Amino acid sequence: MRELHVGEIISTLENLFIDANINLPGSVIRAFEESIDKEDSPVGREVFRELLRNAVTAKEERIPICQDTGLAVTFIEIGQDVHLYGGALEDAVNEGVRRAYKNGYLRKSCCDPFSRRNTNDNTPAILHTRIVPGNQVKITVLPKGGGSENYGEVRMLVPSQGKEGVQAFVLDMVMKGGPNPCPPIIVGIGIGGNFETSALLSKEALMVPLNIRNEDPAIADFELEILRSINRTGIGPQGYGGTVTALDVHIKIMPCHIASLPVAVNIQCHAHRIKEALI
Amino acid sequence: MEIRRIKTPLEENVIESLKSGEKVFLSGHIYTARDAAHKRFMETLREGKPLPFDIRGQIVYYCGPSPAPPGKIIGACGPTTSSRMDTYTPTLLSLGLKGMIGKGKRSKAVKEAIQTHKAIYFGATGGAGALLSKSVVSFETVAYEDLGPEAVVRLGVKDFPLFVINDIEGKDLYEAGTEQYKK
Repeated sequence: MRELHVGEIISTLENLFIDANINLPGSVIRAFEESIDKEDSPVGREVFRELLRNAVTAKEERIPICQDTGLAVTFIEIGQDVHLYGGALEDAVNEGVRRAYKNGYLRKSCCDPFSRRNTNDNTPAILHTRIVPGNQVKITVLPKGGGSENYGEVRMLVPSQGKEGVQAFVLDMVMKGGPNPCPPIIVGIGIGGNFETSALLSKEALMVPLNIRNEDPAIADFELEILRSINRTGIGPQGYGGTVTALDVHIKIMPCHIASLPVAVNIQCHAHRIKEALI
Repeated sequence: MEIRRIKTPLEENVIESLKSGEKVFLSGHIYTARDAAHKRFMETLREGKPLPFDIRGQIVYYCGPSPAPPGKIIGACGPTTSSRMDTYTPTLLSLGLKGMIGKGKRSKAVKEAIQTHKAIYFGATGGAGALLSKSVVSFETVAYEDLGPEAVVRLGVKDFPLFVINDIEGKDLYEAGTEQYKK
């Protein structure tokens, strides 16, 4: 059994959330660069140039990529041979978030649903844990803004609707969002499981690196088919019209009940902030 | 692409000449106000009191910036979704507001009020908050400091990059752009 003090979780989370909010992943920057060639609209190409300049400015000036530094979405995979000591894991996660949002000058965007009173430290984190084999702890952070999260939805489709039903649902959400979720977007689709697992799968789908396809060739083709259909909508970068509305589409799928076809769509803005660390 | 330079306060002939789809660099002063500040504006007006600043001829920016790190004027300061302010905007336009900066589509009522009151709606690039912060040259809290990131702040801007979305002729970049590139 490996002994691990929760203090390591705190400091790792603080660093990850600050890093994620300031440094856009290289894969996203490359996607912007490639999109300048793919985009037909001159206004759209200008948007991509602004996004590239923004990524450079954020890194050089250590200013967040976007002022909406999000809710603190945190995934932790804990090896079953690890013993955490020194305090509760949830408290450690929230402390890491608290420190990151204070020390990193990140905006606190977490409030009571009705009074709208801000919690003032961006806690509680949105925490998902999983017990896995091994003696390591893997932490992935995905600070997620409100504009794109607002265009997520779970629908319990009828099994006969099949792939066509899934594609129609995704396009419906993309059209409904239009410019609001800050296109070019990335779309996470969770299919199967039940009501709540489909939603979680859709978020996990967003964590798949850009241009990495589902291992099932049929699902991989389906991802590309949906991507092409989104890019035919004409919405374009920032919704100003164009041919690059989405950078990628990822599907996570698992078996479901014989009576159901649960589908969740989670939309990510172009400021796709994600970082991970292994302890 | 060609970029026009304009300044605040917006002169009527400048507003009339701005065309949907144009990129402009704005210099001068703009006022941040988002959900909570707009709600307070309406409460203030209902009580028959004056707004915390004279909005005649001014531009509001739907923005809640991230905190300024030491040595910086402001943190990231991109736009938030404008449609949440749609219910309040026609009233402000009738009181002399001349421009709005945000992101996303406006309601039919707002678009009509833009034409009636000869105003303009600009889009700032969402998610480009670091880049936009480089165009901010001054920061002065005007009202509602208790709202934190939602306080009303007078920002001095120089060459703040914007696209014209809704102009006084009723053109809408979101609708026209999407229609043009739809396949």
